[in-house]
Amino acid sequence: MSEPILQLRAVSKSFGAVRVLHDVDFTVRAGEVTALVGDNGAGKSTLVKCVAGIHPIDGGDILFEGNPVTVHSPADAAALGIEVVYQDLALADNLDIVQNMFLGRERGRSWLLDESDMEQAARRTLASLSVRTVTSVRMPVASLSGGQRQTVAIAKAVLWDSKVVLLDEPTAALGVAQTRQVLDLVRRLAEQGLGVVLISHNMADVFEVADRIATLYLGRMVAEVPTKDVTHGQVVELITAGRSGDLGLARPEAAGVTQ
Amino acid sequence: MTGNSGDDTPVDVTKGAPQAETGATVATSTEHPPGAAERAAPGSRQGDFGIDTTARTTGQALRDYGTRLRSGELGSLPALLGLLALFILFTVLDKGGVFPSLLNLANLLQQGAGRTIIAMGLVFVLLTGEIDLAAGTASGLAAALMALHLVSGGNMLGAMGTTVFILFVVVMLLAAALAAFLRIWWAVALSVVAALLLVVGFPQNAWLEMLLAISVGVVIGVLTGFLVAKVGMPSFVVTLALFITWQGVILQLIGDGGTLGLRDPVINAVANGNLSTLGSWLLFVVGAGGYALVLLNRQRTRLAKGLVAQPTGLVLLKIGAVVVLGAVATYLLTQDRSPGLIEISGVPYVVPIVLVLLVVGTYVLDRTRFGRHVYAVGGNREAARRAGIDVVRIRASVFVISSAFAAIGAIVYSSKVGSVSPAAGGGNTLLFAVGAAVIGGTSLFGGRGRVSNAVIGGAVLATVENGLGLLKQPAAVVFVITGLVLLVAAGVDVLSRRRSATAGR
Repeated sequence: MSEPILQLRAVSKSFGAVRVLHDVDFTVRAGEVTALVGDNGAGKSTLVKCVAGIHPIDGGDILFEGNPVTVHSPADAAALGIEVVYQDLALADNLDIVQNMFLGRERGRSWLLDESDMEQAARRTLASLSVRTVTSVRMPVASLSGGQRQTVAIAKAVLWDSKVVLLDEPTAALGVAQTRQVLDLVRRLAEQGLGVVLISHNMADVFEVADRIATLYLGRMVAEVPTKDVTHGQVVELITAGRSGDLGLARPEAAGVTQ
Repeated sequence: MTGNSGDDTPVDVTKGAPQAETGATVATSTEHPPGAAERAAPGSRQGDFGIDTTARTTGQALRDYGTRLRSGELGSLPALLGLLALFILFTVLDKGGVFPSLLNLANLLQQGAGRTIIAMGLVFVLLTGEIDLAAGTASGLAAALMALHLVSGGNMLGAMGTTVFILFVVVMLLAAALAAFLRIWWAVALSVVAALLLVVGFPQNAWLEMLLAISVGVVIGVLTGFLVAKVGMPSFVVTLALFITWQGVILQLIGDGGTLGLRDPVINAVANGNLSTLGSWLLFVVGAGGYALVLLNRQRTRLAKGLVAQPTGLVLLKIGAVVVLGAVATYLLTQDRSPGLIEISGVPYVVPIVLVLLVVGTYVLDRTRFGRHVYAVGGNREAARRAGIDVVRIRASVFVISSAFAAIGAIVYSSKVGSVSPAAGGGNTLLFAVGAAVIGGTSLFGGRGRVSNAVIGGAVLATVENGLGLLKQPAAVVFVITGLVLLVAAGVDVLSRRRSATAGR
């Protein structure tokens, strides 16, 4: 088992009176796909946004490569090597693939961008991910299919010297063939030594690519287990009830007290 | 392959023309650390990216352009075709032969220039999906201050009255502070310049007065930008309110029913003067030569590095067209076009003015980080924010640019008229400018458009007005037709958007 690259310890987060995350522990290991599952409102997206620096955390620690870090902005997260692929992809339709991949981090001087360098780097990254479905890196994103957009968003995340990639529902809006492509890509990222976090509702996807499964239930981390040790049914129970046999919350009474 | 991605239409929004890939070799740059994906796959399988490395001929590129047009990426094409049609139409209809005369065509350039420049600035605002309704009266206010400085011989305190004077200085310094808060440093500098020009009371000087006009434009833009971008008020409401406010300020400065004459040879020459014959040809050499050099240089480097590039034939065709058209226009404009005895010849000054602004604006939007971020904010504001772009600063900056361009436009149109009245920049000045940008192909929804769109659209509107005027049509007909032209342009924008949304993927 490889070293943890990103660790969350007792992280809490509230929005006003609503406590969304309760002392959440979470570990991401290099070279592994960690699936983060949970019902709607369990706090998955909030957890990702805390790691990404979009929401400040209220309590607890974030450790990156063993060192405590503070992440105040997306730029901080990017500097550490944490990249997030959001559910809505965050691509600008009117820009082309290269421009999107380098958005906010353009190369060259601010008064003369280095288009050649960016175009070559974008093409190398797409090639190293074995992306073959995009005909030209100068196509505007508006003309791409859903799977191609997802591919570009993922390629954008790994273009940098990134160590952890968080994918928020990457296959939610995709068809069968496109889901296949994206899952292959996710697997390839882990093989390349990155820590990958996959948020998904689709159990088939999770069991196919994830090495470990972390389950959130009403803002609590109820289980972090290797995929091979659990069954489909157990994970569903963890998601819906917060416990399954020995896994999850200790007693039924405890699960009922959420505030 | 996914879905129906079998379409072979590589499209390029930045270059506006079909692209072809020519070199199969990709140089490996070591300037930047390799990305995570590269590190793990050092032998980077570039062969996999096969489709991107097929060279195309000019013919294929033209066919791709056709496919793109059918899928709704129209750009400036409708406006250019419209302009051509209008020229032919008016030449045929105008029995007196005045419309195609050189005097009228040069006049047309001078008439349309002020509004076109305002439209060029508006493109920046429209790109971010906002609107600047106050650009018209803001330009009028800039012109009023310029004229007041000229008429009063630099004694602004005496010309304005103490209260108004103090208010102006306070607002200018406030704008400087707000610009500093927004970290738009060039706007800070120009706001301070505006206050200095007011307070120090330099004697009358045309250049200083034009600088004052532009600085006032910047001050107005900072105020608008702050309210829209930082406070978060809708740009429509902010600029509507300011539209009315500036109209009142102009009235206060000039007085009801008054006009301020612009009796200065330099200011008068801006819109009415012409380059000498030598100067005209120099402009042609610099303009066309520069265009050719830039295009050829880009083509050479892109081919050498194996990047997506246009077919060389197409590039040469473009350069040839610009050189020939430029030479013909320069030759015609250097002929004597006066109907009387006094010779009038040479390219009007407004041509180099518009060209310089066009080149600078296009460069800023296409090649700089700021320009890229303007497009990103217009395309997907949330994506831009997550990418770490300072969205507030970008949104504020476009209003400063818009108002500064409006002030330059004001200098040109005031120079053409020779005076500034309380109605300057009011009425439909702004709406015509927005119309010019939209007719040229700039989208009101943000994210799509170029500075050149405003120039083409401005030419269309100027031609309609000028041509119908020569056909002795009453103002009623001119307004109706201009309105319909705008309606058609906006309709084309919406339809092409719908087309590209459905045909694109």
